[in-house]
Amino acid sequence: MTTVDINIISKIYPQKERAQAHAAIADFKLSLNPGEFVCLVGPSGCGKTTLLNIIVGLDTDYQGSIGVGGQHSHPRIGYVFQNPRLLPWRTVRENIELALPPASSTDQIDALLDVMQLSQMQHVYPERLSLGMSRRVAIIRAFAINPELLLMDEPFVSLDAPTARQIRELLVKLWQQRPHTVLFVTHDLREAIRLADRMVFLSSAPMQIVSHIPVDIARNQREDEANIESFRQRLLNDYPAIKTLL
Amino acid sequence: MIPTFPSIPWHQKLIPGLTTLSVIAFLAVWQVLAVFLHSSNLPLPETVALVFWDACRSGQLPYHLGVTLLRLIVSFSIAMSLGCVIGILLGRYKKLDTFFDHWLVIFLNVPALVTIILCYVWFGLVESAAILAVVVNKLPNVIVTVREGTRTLDQDLLEMARCYHFGKRKTFLHVIWPQLHPFVMAATRSGLALIWKIILVVELLGRSNGMGYQLHLFFQMFDVAGILAYTIAFVGVIQLLEALVLKPLDKKSQRWRR
Repeated sequence: MTTVDINIISKIYPQKERAQAHAAIADFKLSLNPGEFVCLVGPSGCGKTTLLNIIVGLDTDYQGSIGVGGQHSHPRIGYVFQNPRLLPWRTVRENIELALPPASSTDQIDALLDVMQLSQMQHVYPERLSLGMSRRVAIIRAFAINPELLLMDEPFVSLDAPTARQIRELLVKLWQQRPHTVLFVTHDLREAIRLADRMVFLSSAPMQIVSHIPVDIARNQREDEANIESFRQRLLNDYPAIKTLL
Repeated sequence: MIPTFPSIPWHQKLIPGLTTLSVIAFLAVWQVLAVFLHSSNLPLPETVALVFWDACRSGQLPYHLGVTLLRLIVSFSIAMSLGCVIGILLGRYKKLDTFFDHWLVIFLNVPALVTIILCYVWFGLVESAAILAVVVNKLPNVIVTVREGTRTLDQDLLEMARCYHFGKRKTFLHVIWPQLHPFVMAATRSGLALIWKIILVVELLGRSNGMGYQLHLFFQMFDVAGILAYTIAFVGVIQLLEALVLKPLDKKSQRWRR
């Protein structure tokens, strides 16, 4: 497991045609402990996806540094996007296998498919899957590379509540079996409380950290809705400023 | 209770027979017209069939058809592979596209006859000049089609490939090529049709064998039955290509669609 150090001095979108120059992130420092599950909670459009794109290397136009697991230049980062981004012309299993580094073993794919309850669908093309199933495949793909850091960008958005809850539970089960360091973006406070070891609240753009709040509910008590709700109420009472960030 | 399935309506049962019916209708119209006109300009279907059979038995038709097919394969392969590479490059790199865009439009619109004549004048009445003339005519067409395909590549999937370190080869094979496939198939189909037409003119103007050369001889002798017999061979080859190569390719590449 890996320590992650994020230090972004600034990320500015330059002026383009009619759009003004726009500062997306400013003075952002965050460290993640090995195996820690951190939820980033912030308003829509505050720059959360930009941050993930910078961490994974899709966006290199920023000032600062990202350190994942020491010195090497290509850390293994699993990324679960907002939409599943599966290759429609490859089967579920092929989509997962393609993400694996060359010459790595495919044995663990069966176990991952089993945990995510998709063993029966492994030879099916993504067009025949429901959105919930596609999201699960995307999660398997991210876990399959045995990532040093796992980024998840609102992976349960636009799912109905029961499906989101089911996949959330499967995700926690998978993460407890394979405790990778996770950075999970959401704007749903209840979801963050259910999943996180620590919540990091973010301001609107330019995005900065407003507060770090650890979630001290034991993992086995988080399935109880009442525990989540009482934590949430306590949080909103103790930190009323959070209401403006949701 | 045993479930019952609705039977197929009678008009849908007829669909597979419609192609045969249209061919029979065409032959019937031809027969009636030929009998009515009674002219050597429109011979009877059976006369054309006899000429076709004789040309096959003498080996003349297979020989000339073979020569034309060989030219077609060589020029088509060169045009498609070059066109795909250039099309992808122009689709991916805007500056390169801006630099070549005018030339592409010019070459798209230069009449085929001009390039054929210039190739023969500059390089002589040789095989390579004939192939070059066909390639030059076809190339811009492929480039434009593949370039448009490359411009519409799904950026989300390309980003996914970058995140998971697919590398260039894997990205091309599994992300880019499947998206370009419909465009390449469109270029293949339109390209084959175009090359057939150009190659005959190329042979007519500067070669001493091939279908174009033979058709030119028939024209000089006003031998309409010969022209029609060779045309039938032509149509047959096109149908075979469609059924044996293009349709199976389409089916295989589209199997993931619902």
